[in-house]
Amino acid sequence: MNYFPDEVIEHVFDFVTSQKDRNAVSLVCKSWYKIERLSRQSVFIGNCYAISPERVIGRFPGLKSLTLKGKPHFADFNLLPYDWGGWVYPWVEALAKSRVGLEELRLKRMVVSDDCLELLSRSFVNFKSLVLVSCEGFTTDGLAAIAANCRYLRELDLQEIEVDDNRGQWISCFPDSCTSLVSLNFSCLKGEINLTALERLVARSPNLKSLRLNRAVPLDTLQKLLMRAPQLVDLGIGSFVYDPSSEAYIKLKATLVKCKSIRSLSGFLEVVPCCLSAIHPVCQNLTSLNLSYAPGIHGNELIKLIRFCRKLERLWILDSIGDRGLGVVAFTCKELQELRVFPSGVDNAAVTEEGLVAISAGCPKLHSLLYFCQQMTNAALITVAKNNSNFTRFRLCILDREKPDPVTMQPLDEGFGAIVQSCKRLRRLSLSGLLTDQVFLYIGMYAEQLEMLSIAFAGNSDKGMLYVLNGCKKLRKLEIRDSPFGNTALLTDVGKYETMRSLWMSSCEVTLGGCQTLAKKMPRLNVEIINEDDQMEFSLDDRQKVGKMYLYRTLVGPRKDAPDFVWTL
Amino acid sequence: MSQDTTVDSPESSDGASLMSFDTELTLGLPGESRSPARAPAFAQGHKKNCTKRGFMETVIDLNLGTSHISMPRGQNSESRVSGTGKYPAAKAQVTGWPPVRSFRKKTLEGSSKLVKVAVDGAPYLRKVDLQIYSSYQDLFRALEEMFTCFTTRDYNMEERKLTGALNGREYVPTYEDKDDDWMLLGDVPWKMFVESCKRIRLMKSSEAVGLAPRTPTNC
Repeated sequence: MNYFPDEVIEHVFDFVTSQKDRNAVSLVCKSWYKIERLSRQSVFIGNCYAISPERVIGRFPGLKSLTLKGKPHFADFNLLPYDWGGWVYPWVEALAKSRVGLEELRLKRMVVSDDCLELLSRSFVNFKSLVLVSCEGFTTDGLAAIAANCRYLRELDLQEIEVDDNRGQWISCFPDSCTSLVSLNFSCLKGEINLTALERLVARSPNLKSLRLNRAVPLDTLQKLLMRAPQLVDLGIGSFVYDPSSEAYIKLKATLVKCKSIRSLSGFLEVVPCCLSAIHPVCQNLTSLNLSYAPGIHGNELIKLIRFCRKLERLWILDSIGDRGLGVVAFTCKELQELRVFPSGVDNAAVTEEGLVAISAGCPKLHSLLYFCQQMTNAALITVAKNNSNFTRFRLCILDREKPDPVTMQPLDEGFGAIVQSCKRLRRLSLSGLLTDQVFLYIGMYAEQLEMLSIAFAGNSDKGMLYVLNGCKKLRKLEIRDSPFGNTALLTDVGKYETMRSLWMSSCEVTLGGCQTLAKKMPRLNVEIINEDDQMEFSLDDRQKVGKMYLYRTLVGPRKDAPDFVWTL
Repeated sequence: MSQDTTVDSPESSDGASLMSFDTELTLGLPGESRSPARAPAFAQGHKKNCTKRGFMETVIDLNLGTSHISMPRGQNSESRVSGTGKYPAAKAQVTGWPPVRSFRKKTLEGSSKLVKVAVDGAPYLRKVDLQIYSSYQDLFRALEEMFTCFTTRDYNMEERKLTGALNGREYVPTYEDKDDDWMLLGDVPWKMFVESCKRIRLMKSSEAVGLAPRTPTNC
């Protein structure tokens, strides 16, 4: 029963912004459910196959912003066949048919066609923001449609996308009347771009705060763009190739000094490493630096750069920085919260446990880590856990699979165990190195807040997986590859999977029979078996081991767009 | 528990040349293709190091892992059950490992072009990343710094010779291209050169026969 009129409650709900909280609010009573659903503007769908677009629209007619995720995480690593699914067209189509005033669409790991982008651009008058992460399926023609038709476009953000058929003319499709751009990121595009059109676009976008260029934008254009947009907060430099004595470079240096608002820097896809001194003035104010696509910046030049970055909160870097470089980071970047160290592919450049220990000692605010390294020791991990109990995300990838502690030759159970025990707020964990069931015992015991766990080449028996399923009450996503977990682990607590978003198991010990049993018991799960080998028949041999299984809870039953090689049990 | 390494580690295969894929021992169903270049349809652009293919890679590539090949699986789980059992020193490459997005892999793959540089008379070779230079001039400047036998910067573009004042020798800059021919630097546009160059040799003028010596004297 409500003691206040609906409008008052709705006004109160305006302050409840997180989806989690709004979901909780909607469970209180029917009245609150109704008020909440009519007022919700931002909807997040973690698995596009868990629900249908029609039902989402039906429940949230006022939605303005939609976030959708499609393929499972391991699709990023080529473990999922190309045509598995994740098409966004049906969603856009359904939204277009309804009267939803869509303003923002954010997609991750979905397939987006040019037709879809065209439909999107024509269907929503107030469309403002398109963010695509790790998507595929479209060309610059689709981008041209967005540019041409979305009159109030504020944000066009493309991250880590391979776009086909690059022609730089899409940028010319922004009409002269489009002056609303706030964020433009096309750094991942490989082709040429119409530089004049780009300059004019930036010149007429007074609100532009974020600009990330691709490698086709040369230095002199960069300088002109910065002259037009000294208010930039986030800059992605595509190409930084120049002759240090040239006028273009001198001009750029002078221009950069004037860009006092830049807080985030990335790119350097092409770079002449000898003089990065033009960048140094900008470094002093940086809170975010992404050099993970800049193998050209390394060694002493890199370290010199880092020494200027005292205020850094987020750093993405390649392992060519080395342990020594990480030591400099630890000394300099006391505000560091997030660190990602990616593999550069150069053999002797990798980092080791030394770098990580230095960081954990030097950076007390660090809570998010992705660390690709040559090796790791239990002692180091235990030290890290002692130094730092703030981790919310801890992803460690030892490049050499199943590598033990090189000093003791022991598995890394104790090290990871120390991490989960110390970091009580840990939500995401990725394991690597040699690991037995013991590490899963620790995870089940201590990782109470864990929501996502990634396992590869680990464990000895079903017990391992069971420890996790039994212990981690908040687990939402579990992804496992090449680990000896089988039917017993899979089938012991089938109800668990309805409390989770999804489970991925590939190259494990589960059999077709096991999966079928699960599917039968749990009708509200889609249990998909994925077989890319055309020759392989879906034989009725229950004992056959399943190559790839992906299961997820859903309210709408088996999906109708599954390709031939996907068998939903 | 000793692990049968002949299956897992390519080095210990029966002495057959590692490069000759046909004679390399692998397990598979009769009639299965042995083509090293075959990538599953979904692994678009996923390049693999095809010169050393271990068993696990073959299994995964030909999707044999999904059917009943109990032997390798048994082996793997045995090694894991022991926990501290020996693991193969050299691992075969496996799909999706290390777990890096293919976009990132592809971007970084194409981003450095390291080639060997040999100078006749120098005791060791060097490597340069051609992608960080924007012209022949740039490259030569860098090479001069690398090889201390040059004490003056005296690059004569027309005659295409580098002069070292120290011993008065002249060097002709040559490179081996994709067709395995030894070419004279400077004929083609810079970007084309970067694309086709496999290695560089600064040859002593006295040895250079004609403008484009065909003898690839290996350095």
